[in-house]
Amino acid sequence: MTDVVIIGAGVTGCAVARELSRYDLEVVVLEKECDVCEGTSKANSGIVHSGYDAKPGTLKARFNVEGNKLIHGLSEELDFPFKENGSLVLALEEEGRKGLEELLERGNKNGVPGLRIVEKEELRQMEPGVSEDAVCALYAPTGGIVCPFNMTIAFAENAADNGAVFRFGTAVLGISRQEDENGECFYRIDTGTDIVEARCVVNAAGVYADAMHNMVCEKKINITPVKGQYCLLDKTAGGKAVHTLFQLPTKAGKGVLVTPTVHGNLMYGPTADEADDKADTSTTAAGLNTVLSKASLTLKDVPRMTITSFAGLRAHEDGGDFIIGEAPDAPGFFDAAGIESPGLTAAPAIGAYLAKLIAEKLGASGKKDFMASRKGIPSMALASDEERARLIVEDPLYAKVICRCELVTEGEIRNAITRTLGATTVDGVKRRTRAGMGRCQAGFCLARTIPILAELLGKSEEEIEKSGHGSYYLDGEIKHTL
Amino acid sequence: MAEIKKDLVIIGGGPAGLSAAVSAAGEGVKDLLIIERDVRLGGILNQCIHNGFGLHTFKEELTGPEYADRYIKMAEKEQIPYMLDTMVIDLSYDEASGEKIVTAMNKTEGLFTVRARAVILAMGCRERPRGALNIPGFRPSGIYSAGTAQYYTNMEGKLPGKRVVILGSGDIGLIMARRMTFEGAKVLCVAELQPYSGGLKRNIVQCLDDFGIPLLLSHTVVDIKGDRRVEGVTIAEVDENKKPIPGTEKYYECDTLLLSCGLIPENELTGKLGAKMNPVTGGAFVNESLETDIPGVYACGNVLHVHDLVDYVSGEATTAGKNAADHILGKTVSGDDGVIINVKPESGVRYSVPSVIRPAFMPDTLTVRFRVGNEYRDKNLTVSLDGVQLMKLPKRVMAPGEMEQIVLVKSKVYEIISGKDIREHELIIRVEDKE
Repeated sequence: MTDVVIIGAGVTGCAVARELSRYDLEVVVLEKECDVCEGTSKANSGIVHSGYDAKPGTLKARFNVEGNKLIHGLSEELDFPFKENGSLVLALEEEGRKGLEELLERGNKNGVPGLRIVEKEELRQMEPGVSEDAVCALYAPTGGIVCPFNMTIAFAENAADNGAVFRFGTAVLGISRQEDENGECFYRIDTGTDIVEARCVVNAAGVYADAMHNMVCEKKINITPVKGQYCLLDKTAGGKAVHTLFQLPTKAGKGVLVTPTVHGNLMYGPTADEADDKADTSTTAAGLNTVLSKASLTLKDVPRMTITSFAGLRAHEDGGDFIIGEAPDAPGFFDAAGIESPGLTAAPAIGAYLAKLIAEKLGASGKKDFMASRKGIPSMALASDEERARLIVEDPLYAKVICRCELVTEGEIRNAITRTLGATTVDGVKRRTRAGMGRCQAGFCLARTIPILAELLGKSEEEIEKSGHGSYYLDGEIKHTL
Repeated sequence: MAEIKKDLVIIGGGPAGLSAAVSAAGEGVKDLLIIERDVRLGGILNQCIHNGFGLHTFKEELTGPEYADRYIKMAEKEQIPYMLDTMVIDLSYDEASGEKIVTAMNKTEGLFTVRARAVILAMGCRERPRGALNIPGFRPSGIYSAGTAQYYTNMEGKLPGKRVVILGSGDIGLIMARRMTFEGAKVLCVAELQPYSGGLKRNIVQCLDDFGIPLLLSHTVVDIKGDRRVEGVTIAEVDENKKPIPGTEKYYECDTLLLSCGLIPENELTGKLGAKMNPVTGGAFVNESLETDIPGVYACGNVLHVHDLVDYVSGEATTAGKNAADHILGKTVSGDDGVIINVKPESGVRYSVPSVIRPAFMPDTLTVRFRVGNEYRDKNLTVSLDGVQLMKLPKRVMAPGEMEQIVLVKSKVYEIISGKDIREHELIIRVEDKE
């Protein structure tokens, strides 16, 4: 019997795993995909929200503000990219001022530090490219940007280094509540290939969390996937925005944000449309057009150098708030459900909160040999020349460039594959190293990355996939179909 | 960090870099170095195993590797030093010394810098990816740029897919339509957004028509199906504003989508150097000597503007190599009188290379290359200098896929500009209706 099974290796599941790995507990994470960060966690705004948006008293408000405070320290402890660039909510017409004041008041109630309204002139100084229409803005200095992939990966790697076990390609088909001879509750989880028994379960299944919850709880929940589409722009456009720029929602609808990413690109999005299907992460022409046209309201000179567009699904629960904690009628079954925005920001706080509850319930004590820190993959692109020279001396493959656009070397790619919970797919390499994330979108490096994966995983190149589940690239030798 | 000095560094050992190096060496520059990021010289020619190269340069039809080999042999004969598998990661200009600082790295030398008196940019270009086209749909595997598919097929001997749709009628896409057919794949169609092809006419005939592969002009991909591997694409006809026409959608079941939708000069280093860029070409602005606005930095080949024929790349690079040599050897014409001619592409002409001409530095004849922005039939191409018509060339067909050129004669230029008390002259190239 395992102490805790976590369903889902997105940012929430991985944050819970990392915090639980502080304790003397057996932790198993079950993930249906081939890697961590394959669902909502990989396709979102990458924003660390300050916390003015959620209604005071909600779990969203609480965990947002708490999570925001935690991310600063975690980014150093776990070595993932984070930048506190501050955010601005723009009022694009004078009547928006009232809305900003409401947000300010809400933020103050939520305990968000440093909020204030900036007037036109100061706004222009802070954000020179902002639209002429912007009359004033709510400034949130604790708003930030983070790499959602590396944050999730960092949590997972650190959890694994501290003993948590990750089982990929393992979907949860059924969960049943059981009682042992002492009348203690436990759960039996059917993965299709085996049965995993656990004293506690954490439901961090993203858009599928309702299905997990409803298998064991009487009070049903319902999650609707809400699609958000984005355009990511070339790094040459990255400097067009300094802060994360939100538009104050108006009668005409909710705006889109324009933000620099932590790696220096510019991003526009998201839309918000209910999706019919929890696997429908397709973009649409209408959605992408909406993103581009709304983004043009924020900046006076809106760049159009899109390098990729994508869509993610928010896990929107009918109640509108996060569902976090032990289910009332299922002792030991802990939900982290309905985790939509500001879920990325909230994840560290949700992780800490649930881990504490579970440790208390199971009477677990802290691990003496817990390793709190984790080192990421060195980045030649970001390193100083001295650091670059040192890395090359240690391993000459750090001088062998694979991805030209993002300056990613073979040393980094090998590191990504061979490290704890290493990449097994092309997307896995991409999210860990940025190989293929640049302006040519893997035109050159794909063919150079696949052989490295094949070599290190002991597979043929034909077996290497984009993201598992049949996403092969190569169809055998030439002429084999003749 | 190790530092060396060179008279001339050529960044890129493809057709442009090789021609430039051979030319500079032939002019007498002996202290030069080619830096190539791939493991062999020749650049993209190595994967272009089809024929049709060299008709202008060598008066015979060669394959890409054969064409590259001719220049590699010339470079070897001149004993031009080169570094392979070496990536230039930074390029800057030291104004005080006039030196260009090239930072590069490789497995054996580690990280090092080269201080160079002159630099020739010859980094080539890359393909426009799906994202730049904002094609909606899923993001599965099986979507390749045509060049990536070409690399797999020709360099690795691997088939990237069996049932193929190609978007964009750029030359690489057309070549790959034939190539993948040869290798056992079924190419269903080539869709082209524009009402004309982006590639050379000869490639349409030899690669599509000869194999019965339909070319759908004014069509584009409006959806991609398959959340793991491509399962199919939807193609629709577009109106004159390039908007898909509802009701014209047709679904093609396929496992592969190749993109051949344009090439983009690879100018990261040029950007780092701070050279002024032309937003139309994606390359640097250059003068008649193919020199950027950074003194002693020259650009040629596809990094400057995308070419159709490698022969023209070689020609342009030979000029760049000679000019760089003149700069290094102090042969550059002295007596810069500060007079310039701004070349203005107008009315259908999208850009020109060069964009500025210093008549004092002109050779006896100067080739100006450019592209038109649309397909034109039975038009005149006119060239005028300070309002005086220099040329009126009747053109049966001009298309964006085929580069055009004119040759300016120095003596004729001086006939018009000499004696005038203006320092800035204007050369206008236009597409005009026939009277």
